[in-house]
Order: sequence, then C-alpha cells, then structure tokens
Amino acid sequence: MKLRNTPSTYGAVHIVLHWLVAASVIGLFALGVWMVELGYYDPWYNRAPALHKAFGIVLAAVMLVRLLWRWGNGVPEAEPGVRRWETRAAHWVHVVLYLGVFASVISGYLIATAKGAPVAVFDLFSVPATLHGLPRQANVAGEFHTYIAYGLIGLAGLHALAALKHHLIDRDATLLRMLGLKRPPRTEQRREA
Amino acid sequence: MTFRAICVAVLLAVTTFASAQAAEIYAIDTQGQHAFVEFRIKHLGYSWIYGRFNDFSGEFVVDRENPANSRVEVEIDTASVDTNHAERDKHLRGKDFLNVDAHPKARFVSTSVERGGDGTGVIKGDLTLNGVTKPIEIAVEEIGHGPDPWGGYRAGFLGKTTLKLADFDIDYDLGPASRTVELTLSIEGVRR
Repeated sequence: MKLRNTPSTYGAVHIVLHWLVAASVIGLFALGVWMVELGYYDPWYNRAPALHKAFGIVLAAVMLVRLLWRWGNGVPEAEPGVRRWETRAAHWVHVVLYLGVFASVISGYLIATAKGAPVAVFDLFSVPATLHGLPRQANVAGEFHTYIAYGLIGLAGLHALAALKHHLIDRDATLLRMLGLKRPPRTEQRREA
Repeated sequence: MTFRAICVAVLLAVTTFASAQAAEIYAIDTQGQHAFVEFRIKHLGYSWIYGRFNDFSGEFVVDRENPANSRVEVEIDTASVDTNHAERDKHLRGKDFLNVDAHPKARFVSTSVERGGDGTGVIKGDLTLNGVTKPIEIAVEEIGHGPDPWGGYRAGFLGKTTLKLADFDIDYDLGPASRTVELTLSIEGVRR
C-alpha cells in the first residue's frame, strides 16, 4: 500500500490517521460520559479526567497532522456511481466532523484551564492556559463541551451508517478503500509505475 | 404656640433624632473589598479546603443602645463560588451542590440580635441556600468601629457558623468528615 493518497485510493498514512481519530473520539466520548458520574470515593475519580484531558490534547495534535496531510495530499475522488448530492453531503459532514473534533477539544481545554491552571498531558508536558478567568467559564465551556460531544458522536454515527450503506446497498468500494482493501485500478498502477 | 408646646416639640425632635442616630445603617463594603464570605470544609478528614463567594451585597444596622433594633441582611451570588480550582468550582455550581441555575442567590436575613458584654453576640436569622430556608445562629464578634481617614465611618464584625449540608438538600457524598461546612463572614460596613 502506498503511503500517500492517490486519485482513487487512500494511502496508509491517511487510513491510520482516520482510524486513530475514530477510536479516540469514540473512546473519549465513552470515557467522558462515564467519568462525570463517578462518585467522590471512586478510584477513577481523579485518574479518569486526567486521562480524558491528556488523550484530548493528543487527539488535537493528531487532528492537526491529519489536516496538514489532507491538504498536502488531497483526497480520492468519489467512487464511480456515487451521486453528486451524496458527494456534497459527505463533504459537508466531513467538514463538520473536523470542526466538531476541534471544537470539543477547545471547549474541553477551556473547562480545565478556566482558572488559569495548565492541562497536564500524562507526566510528559503540560499545555498552559490562554483564555481564562471569564465569569463561570468552566460551566459555560462545560455546556458547550457536552452538546458538541453529543453532536459529534451523532454525526460520526451518521458517517458510519453512510459508509455501511455504500458497502451493503450500493456495493461500492467507499468503505473498503478506507480499510486499505481496494486495489488501485490497473491503468493507474501502470501510470504510477 | 405656648412655650410648653415648643418645649415638647423640641424634645420630641431631639429624641427622634437621637434614636435615629442610635440606629446606624451600614452598607457592606464590597466595592472596596473589605468584606469576605469564606467557608471551609474538611477534605477526606485530612485537611481543610478553603473557598469563598466573591460576589455579594448587603447592609446592617447597629443600634448600640437597643441591640434588638440591630439587624443584618446579606445576599450572595452563588455562582461566584471560588475555591481556586476550575473543575471543582464547576462541580460546586452544579446539581450536586449549589444548583446555581435554579438558585442563583443565597440570602441571610436576621431575625434577632443579642449582644453580649464583651463585644460578642449572637445573630439569629434565616439562611436561604440551594432554595432551602433554615434558621441558623451566627456567633459574632465586633472587631472595631470608628472614623476612616477619608471622611466616612466604619464598623466591622466577624461572624461564624457551621452548616450541615444535608439541611440545605446538599447530599453529595464527600465522606463522613465532610458533612458540615464552616462559614465565616468578615464584614466591614460604611455608615450611610
């Protein structure tokens, strides 16, 4: 498999980044929903939010790499047979998904840093506060964080359903190529060789 | 008007004035930040956590001749809770504790003031917190009073009380050592 994207297939880097982000978003969502209900004496009461914050910062870094890779590489064109409105809808869903990931990380960061404290990323380094001290900042950012997270996970679900629809109903390679299972067509292979 | 009537009128005016003078109204000096609503609660039973409410207002009346005329009223913005920890303050504002969306104000209104001899006293009154109103007692100590260097007149008190969180429908389990919170009101007022 190639590292870079081609006009009809995703390269290994894009595929790895896609699934890394997918796993992180789902994992962070589940962790977040679980941790806010923990009792004060739960062994995870402090550890779960610390992990949630650290992985959130890592996710933002991975998303930045992904965005740069995408801009530097381009993405494959839609599979043959995909209708124009589908391509357009997919494009906008992708845009909102990207924005949603950044918005959820930023709103989460604004909760943790609302009083000027930095966000520790494991024991490696910490991200300093920037915007802080606004009235009730942690609560306002918290409400945004909650709604954005639920919206993001809903949209990711739609995105996954659409991929399954391509695979099961349209029987095209839209999903397979994100799994690296679609071979580039011969003409393209010859051209690239 | 007879001389006698004039005497009565003057006497009346003087006594009214005197009694008005005896009851002095003070505005709590939040503008100059000379007043504090502080609290502390045990953490796991191993140490004290200190916090405060940054935004509040109120006034008090001091009547030295007739202490029963004295009174105090304080209104606190519960959302201004500050323990110097963003996520803890967020938690304190939420449903587990202060419920500030539903109950943005806490209020204390005195119902009686008793003065002891040595500058101490007890103020009884109703505290409304988290939407629950309960009678409480505040032990008070007068710190001092007198003119300030800028043409005003000030008086300051220190009040302390202990609240059971469950009395105000706050039942989040912080552990057995943390079911009560100590409240300290350090109040300076400027005479109106």
